Amino acid sequence: MTTEFKVIGTKPIRPDVIDKVMGRAIFAPDIMISGLLHGKILRSPYAHARILSIDTSAAEALPGVYAVITSKDLPQTPADNAELKYSRDNFLAGEKVLYEGHPIAAVAADSIHTAEDAIKLIRINYEILTPIMDMREAMKENSPKLHENIRLKSLGQDNGRPGNISLHVQHILGDPEKGFAEADEIVDREFTTTMVHQGYLEAQSSTVLWNPDGNLTVWTTTQGAFSVQSEISRILDISLSKIRVIPTEVGGAFGSKLRIYIEPVVVLLSKFANRPVKITMTQSEVLKATGPTPGTIMRVKMGAKRNGKITSATAELYFEAGAFPGSTAGGSPRLIFTEYDIPNGQVDAFEVLVNKTHVGAYRAPGDVQVTYSMEQVVDELAQKVNMDPIDFRLINVAHEGSISISGTIHKKIGAQQVLEAVKNHPHYKSPLKEANMGRGVAFGYWPNNGRDSSCIINVNSDGSVTLVTGSVDLSGTRLTIAMQAAEVLGISVDQVKSSVGDTSSIGYTGSSGGSRTTFATGLAAIQAAKDVINQMSIRAASLLNVPVSEITFERGFFTTSTSSSAKLSFSELAGKLNQTGGPITGKGNVSPSSWGAGFACHIADVEVDPETGKVSILRYTAIQDVGKAVHPTLVEGQMQGAVVQGIGWALWEGLFYDTQGRMLNSNRLDYKIATFVDIPHIETELIEVPSPFHPFGVRGVAEPAFVPPTATIANAVADALGKRIYSLPMTPEKILRTMDVID
Amino acid sequence: MSKKKVSAKINGQPVEFLCEPRQSLLECLRDVIGITGTKESCNDGNCGACSVLLNGRLVNSCLVFGVEVEGREITTIEGLADWQGLHPIQQIFLDRNVVQCGYCIPGIIIATKALLDREANPSEERIRSWLSGNLCRCTGYDKIVGAVKEAAVILAKEKGV
Ligand code: FES
Ligand code: FES
Repeated sequence: MTTEFKVIGTKPIRPDVIDKVMGRAIFAPDIMISGLLHGKILRSPYAHARILSIDTSAAEALPGVYAVITSKDLPQTPADNAELKYSRDNFLAGEKVLYEGHPIAAVAADSIHTAEDAIKLIRINYEILTPIMDMREAMKENSPKLHENIRLKSLGQDNGRPGNISLHVQHILGDPEKGFAEADEIVDREFTTTMVHQGYLEAQSSTVLWNPDGNLTVWTTTQGAFSVQSEISRILDISLSKIRVIPTEVGGAFGSKLRIYIEPVVVLLSKFANRPVKITMTQSEVLKATGPTPGTIMRVKMGAKRNGKITSATAELYFEAGAFPGSTAGGSPRLIFTEYDIPNGQVDAFEVLVNKTHVGAYRAPGDVQVTYSMEQVVDELAQKVNMDPIDFRLINVAHEGSISISGTIHKKIGAQQVLEAVKNHPHYKSPLKEANMGRGVAFGYWPNNGRDSSCIINVNSDGSVTLVTGSVDLSGTRLTIAMQAAEVLGISVDQVKSSVGDTSSIGYTGSSGGSRTTFATGLAAIQAAKDVINQMSIRAASLLNVPVSEITFERGFFTTSTSSSAKLSFSELAGKLNQTGGPITGKGNVSPSSWGAGFACHIADVEVDPETGKVSILRYTAIQDVGKAVHPTLVEGQMQGAVVQGIGWALWEGLFYDTQGRMLNSNRLDYKIATFVDIPHIETELIEVPSPFHPFGVRGVAEPAFVPPTATIANAVADALGKRIYSLPMTPEKILRTMDVID
Repeated sequence: MSKKKVSAKINGQPVEFLCEPRQSLLECLRDVIGITGTKESCNDGNCGACSVLLNGRLVNSCLVFGVEVEGREITTIEGLADWQGLHPIQQIFLDRNVVQCGYCIPGIIIATKALLDREANPSEERIRSWLSGNLCRCTGYDKIVGAVKEAAVILAKEKGV
């Protein structure tokens, strides 16, 4: 099949990158419009407090200030709509502030400095309340409650009691206790992780122009223009038709730009100031008040027979929600144990409210944490039954038809192929054993995603085409989608001008997330390209004087079965569209219900410095089933970037708070991410097991690559130390403590 | 706040602008002069997104005041290419598909130029340590290091080193 591709699998240059290397690409903070005002948000210095009064008069009186808003300027929320109340409260706090950095008021002024001066003039009286910073504390019966109206929704039932646990979901397969009784070895461990930030460089930034007729335009950095449009509509009670959202280039997102944080505030400021307004968050605001991935407490127990077969697995997973309900807790049970074929098991997941910023999505959300815990237990079990860790995983690996504990039925997957590739990889076979060195492997799964996508293709008279989709391009999807259209149209990819539309120029398209874009919007492009070919076949039939049923399109030519000489090339026919009925636009609207899951397995060698506790990564290899790599360089780039983010999570990253709920590392110096010197070359191997749900076999690639790294490093560090650290990040301090160098 | 007049050379052109004493060079470039290729991220000297050359030396423009550049020469990302084409460093970054979101890229290209202006053949270790003040969250750095090595070879050839 592979040999048939002309475009898929090649490595053309991304069309958007010329602007990016020249400094010409327009990111959200670069938007300039005449008359632009600058906005600034006043944020709570306290993690938990009641707002007794707000006095904005001095700010309003400051010269250069055009508008000051508070929660009073939001629409009234019906008392029975708690969900809407939570959403609105996170843009501008109502009665209470629930985390340090919680927005309270906002100002628009003629310069950012005037706006900063103005928010200092806003007077607020607080009644300071005890913050709840720890999940164990939050779950105690007599702990202060963040919200009076939250009742535990346990297995779909409201238990009637207010508390800080907002959700409990459960999945059971077979008989977990019987499964453990059959096991020869059981490992039962508890793990904790802290909140981690996506750490993108471009802060949230939005510019809004509100017109007195009620129409408004929003330029913003987002993973999905349509979700920004519907959120503004929901929060501010404005009709969708009045809101046009134009997505800018996006300076990193990784899930963080699925949810919005400032847009409704900027809309209101623009409305009251009657001028365009821009807000760009600072890094400190980003770290304190956008949605990181939740911290967790995870108890994982697995049992296996001496022959290596896993008989039972259970997990109790606690996820921080932050200040408001809504987290990955509900979906996490579908992500743990799914790599393996296990006959019995139970997973319980809980969501717990604490006085921290409301959590959001970070690349393979929830999956990194649960895999970090599970894959260490798997390693310990493999040791107990005296097996090579890859052999042990191969005995238990899921196949087509396997049913996971949470009910996922696997389709055609490349899980086994990935593990076999690890076994055969020179890295895995290479010797390693000097003092303080260790090797780890870990295996991971991400389901990938489908969802709605729209695409249109217009045919130009010279045989080139323009292609528009609604998918925001985070790192090359304009190209990978264009390549799929080019493959169908039989033209070269540089004949496809590919761009991202806005909410007024293209049909509804879900956000770029869940590793769905190249897959699902690719399907929309393929459908649009086929529509173009169908419409052009009709024109070809009329020009060649044959019924359309006799026209076939192959390798760039429209031919007839009756005459071998009568044929028209794509570009020839494109030049004749105006004489044969007018322009042609092909369209594709898809909502795929099935897609191919991604599996990845990584190998890491580390060295621990016994004096400083520093972990160095000596060698790292990432192996992944990518379905079909549309653009192998871009796929590799996704894998390498994911690994480096994962190394940071494993070793340094975390949001740290004091007992009063103040963040201790809300800047780029103290929230350390990996630099050029912290990591080695990352080796990659792409396995291609085509997905049956895409004509070219495409699977999502960006998230599966992020699932194994933390567990891989944890297993490598455990191998080096001969002891395990059961929490993240594995800082030098924790390492020295584990080595008994310090107490 | 009263504004000061500053005269400087930006990308070879003499420029005069008015700025408040509290405004950084980064802010002056982006908000006063209106060239936005230089990016802001941390605004406190810890990410390198705002890298520019000041009299040929690599600086974080968020840490320099606008009033400090009086009489000095500044090179930003906009000053590297001309109508005949891209600077070789830009060309290699483009050709090798090293870019992901691209937000860090102007800063990394400027920092790379500063390195290759002074050293013809830096080792991988030297490249990594020189660029360690420039953060990138997307790429894992791997392909950027490769591109810098290639750019070094091309530039050395051009200079006949
Ligand atoms: S913005 Fe200047 S170093 Fe980060
Ligand atoms: S490419 Fe996104 S930060 Fe470097």
